[in-house]
Amino acid sequence: MPGPCRSHRRAEAARAAAGRGLPSIEPGQPAPAGTGMSRRALLARASGLALAVYGASHLPLAQLEDSVAHAAAPAAAPGGTVLVSVFLGGGLDGLGLLAPVGDPQYRKLRSGLLIGDEARPFREDDRLRWHPAAEPLRELHEQGVLSVLPAIGYANPDQSHFTSRHYWEVGSLDHRGTTGWMGRLLDRVGDDEHPLQGLSLDGTLSPALATSRVPVAAVADPSEYSFWAHQVWGDVDDLMRESAARIGRAHAASGDPAIAVAGRVAQRSMALYDQLGPVRPKDGEQGAADASPVRYPTAQDSSFPEKLRALAAMLGAGLPLRCVAVDGPGQYDTHDRQAPTLQRNLELLSQTLRAFQADLTARGLADRVLVHVWSEFGRRAQANGSGGTDHGAAGVSLLLGSRVHGSMIGEFPGLSQLDRDGNLRATTDFRALYASIAEQWLGVDGAAILPDAGRVGRYALLR
Amino acid sequence: MRRFSGPFTEQHAERLLWRAGFGPKPGEAKALAQRGLVGAVRSLTRVSGPARLVGPAPTGKDGHPLAPRDAWGHDHLWWLDRMVRSDQPFVERMTLVWHDWFATSRDTSDGNLMLRQNATLRKHARGSFRSLLAAVTTDPAMLLWLSGAFNTKWSPNENYARELMELFTLGAGASYTERDVREHARALTGWQRTSTGSGSGRFRYVRAAHDTGRKRIFGRRGRFDWRDSLDLCLAHPAHRRFVVTKLWGAFVPATPDRATVRSLVALYRPGRPILPVLEAILMHPALYTGPRQVKSPIVQTAGLLRATGRAVHDESLSWAGSLSGQQLFRPPNVAGWDEDRWLDTGTWHGRWVTANLVAKPDALGEGPYPHALPESPADAVARALRHWGDPTISATTRAELERFAGEVDRAATARWQREQYPRLRQNALRMLIATSPDFLTC
Repeated sequence: MPGPCRSHRRAEAARAAAGRGLPSIEPGQPAPAGTGMSRRALLARASGLALAVYGASHLPLAQLEDSVAHAAAPAAAPGGTVLVSVFLGGGLDGLGLLAPVGDPQYRKLRSGLLIGDEARPFREDDRLRWHPAAEPLRELHEQGVLSVLPAIGYANPDQSHFTSRHYWEVGSLDHRGTTGWMGRLLDRVGDDEHPLQGLSLDGTLSPALATSRVPVAAVADPSEYSFWAHQVWGDVDDLMRESAARIGRAHAASGDPAIAVAGRVAQRSMALYDQLGPVRPKDGEQGAADASPVRYPTAQDSSFPEKLRALAAMLGAGLPLRCVAVDGPGQYDTHDRQAPTLQRNLELLSQTLRAFQADLTARGLADRVLVHVWSEFGRRAQANGSGGTDHGAAGVSLLLGSRVHGSMIGEFPGLSQLDRDGNLRATTDFRALYASIAEQWLGVDGAAILPDAGRVGRYALLR
Repeated sequence: MRRFSGPFTEQHAERLLWRAGFGPKPGEAKALAQRGLVGAVRSLTRVSGPARLVGPAPTGKDGHPLAPRDAWGHDHLWWLDRMVRSDQPFVERMTLVWHDWFATSRDTSDGNLMLRQNATLRKHARGSFRSLLAAVTTDPAMLLWLSGAFNTKWSPNENYARELMELFTLGAGASYTERDVREHARALTGWQRTSTGSGSGRFRYVRAAHDTGRKRIFGRRGRFDWRDSLDLCLAHPAHRRFVVTKLWGAFVPATPDRATVRSLVALYRPGRPILPVLEAILMHPALYTGPRQVKSPIVQTAGLLRATGRAVHDESLSWAGSLSGQQLFRPPNVAGWDEDRWLDTGTWHGRWVTANLVAKPDALGEGPYPHALPESPADAVARALRHWGDPTISATTRAELERFAGEVDRAATARWQREQYPRLRQNALRMLIATSPDFLTC
């Protein structure tokens, strides 16, 4: 069953419901065959209109979410660009990754956490030195495929993990947002038929991928994603899965939210099972995910390398991915014993990203993939005395990909101008970064998915 | 306080057993319904004495008893077994509520300390929040998890202070300032781990490590210590509302109206047992007439086992728990599990794996079908429902199940298929029921 019909009906329904409070806008429906409009032109038209309505004022996020439900549903583009979001949970110490050794305040503030003399300089700011464990990142930066945002955050930073992470996930300083910023991107560029277009590689769905319209997926291990039952085989096995999908579909529009979500998820799980066919091992065979042209690091306690390896294989198999979310290795909430934790995590993170980039290059996919590495905040400039650091404000983001320009975005503000809580001040805003990624990487007007897009500016990201 | 006043039916009792416990054993909902609302709720909440674990204790795959302190995943199995076998399921359910509330992970401690914390949460399950909070604040696993053991007057550490307010007593928002966080951290100094050379060490209050200076918290000044810090939170104007609303959310998936919150706040005293608040929530009409709740993975798993009378029989249930997004003693972070996002394509796969593990020992294997043939689609579905203790299902689901059963009939064209497919169909129907939207919610 092709998508446009159901999609159209749903968009119509959303418009009817939203009509109560929203200004009436032309909802950029899929162009009828033969109109001669390209997908990009259609998108530009739809978002241009959206901009006229939503860019002018700052409507609450909920209304933006409604408007996204109106958007066009062009087919997934197997050859399109892919965004990979790597989350470092807990608050990465940006001053540990890029240590401001050349800052006069550094020794005083960071006693106990000082970086070794072997640390090598950051080419673009002679105050900063790379953590030795992040040597692969330094190399990628030298090669011009890694851009650094050394102090990213937002005004009036919140030092709660959950609040700050939520802001980054929904792409707005809004407590009540329920869709993620990548979810709203997918609501515009995705379709009804491909849960894999938005993929969490952590087994549970990343809130940043929560959509209001199109299906998305969470899979911890794509080659293990199967639905069989003891003493069920042959025709009955196939009929069982078809029935599971049908039971789901029968409840997907239930008036009870819990029943509806259970129905939709069952239906999507079965669709995902079908889509993952190319990477699922046949009986007695190795799956496509097992053939990688490069060697990834191995880790006892983290599946991060394995996940990126599987991701490269899925892209290689032509699966229609657009936005992917994955948690980085380890956790970064280093209130105590920071040095060994950060050492281990940065090592695995950096080596894996280097391998992933080489893998994509070997497969001829490098130009299609942009990786964004982020954390909910940085950490306090002053070490806390337990060999760790408390929650801070501005932190580091990284952009990796063969099409990034490789130059610093924003600047390192220095340790002498901390905010009143003793935290690093932001020189870039995550919402501006998101708007820039949406526009320059995925061809979606930032204003169509981010309520603050009109007042945060843009950064040039690509060469 | 409003109370559900309609006739208290078997369906209501079934919902109560899922929300306040881990689902009914066969026949249990019917028996509970006969007690009426108040009798039913109190029969769950007002139990006393030590819990009895009914039925044989589970073993690991080597035949030895579970080793929750040592063997990987056995902590999860050990507690799951209590949920399945305890004759006080509400006490286990409240212990789970507090585990989620004061979410501590084994990642920073060890099996001994986690089981000790678990016993503490169980001991205070229906008691005073003030006592519970004091016990949790000084609990060794928590002192390691949120850095309390590293918080000294020489180097204050804000980790516990922040979560104490944000997650445990007040809620995120404007009710406190960054300065309050820092001053609470100073007040909370003094708890230390003193190494004994083996194990996780001893935890005690070291007067010399406590910051005895003056602090200013919530606009009040004093030489506050850790007890003052907790009492200041408990006396904060945002506290009582926060506690009753969060507790409500553990049982009812809809926002309480203002009158309900007011009534619950009036029932709640931090220094008195919390039981009256819990009973008021469990008797509220919103629980019986409101929307359904997605069962958490551990509740669903325990319920499947209770329905079939099976003990925890397979070590893989721990792995299945992590696939489903809930491994006990390993919450994703200090905020606990996100109850609004239990289901996605990844965790739904985990639910399937769980159901398949629970169904495995009873799966109809090779050999003649043990019931009369031919079997109508309706009879096949009724038989499969009986396997799970006859849960209530919707007409929509029943119609789909019967449609599937009919399709299998039509696919069985050869004689061997007509002999074999009925048992395959029965096995498949059990899976389809256990993963249906009806059975994943309550």
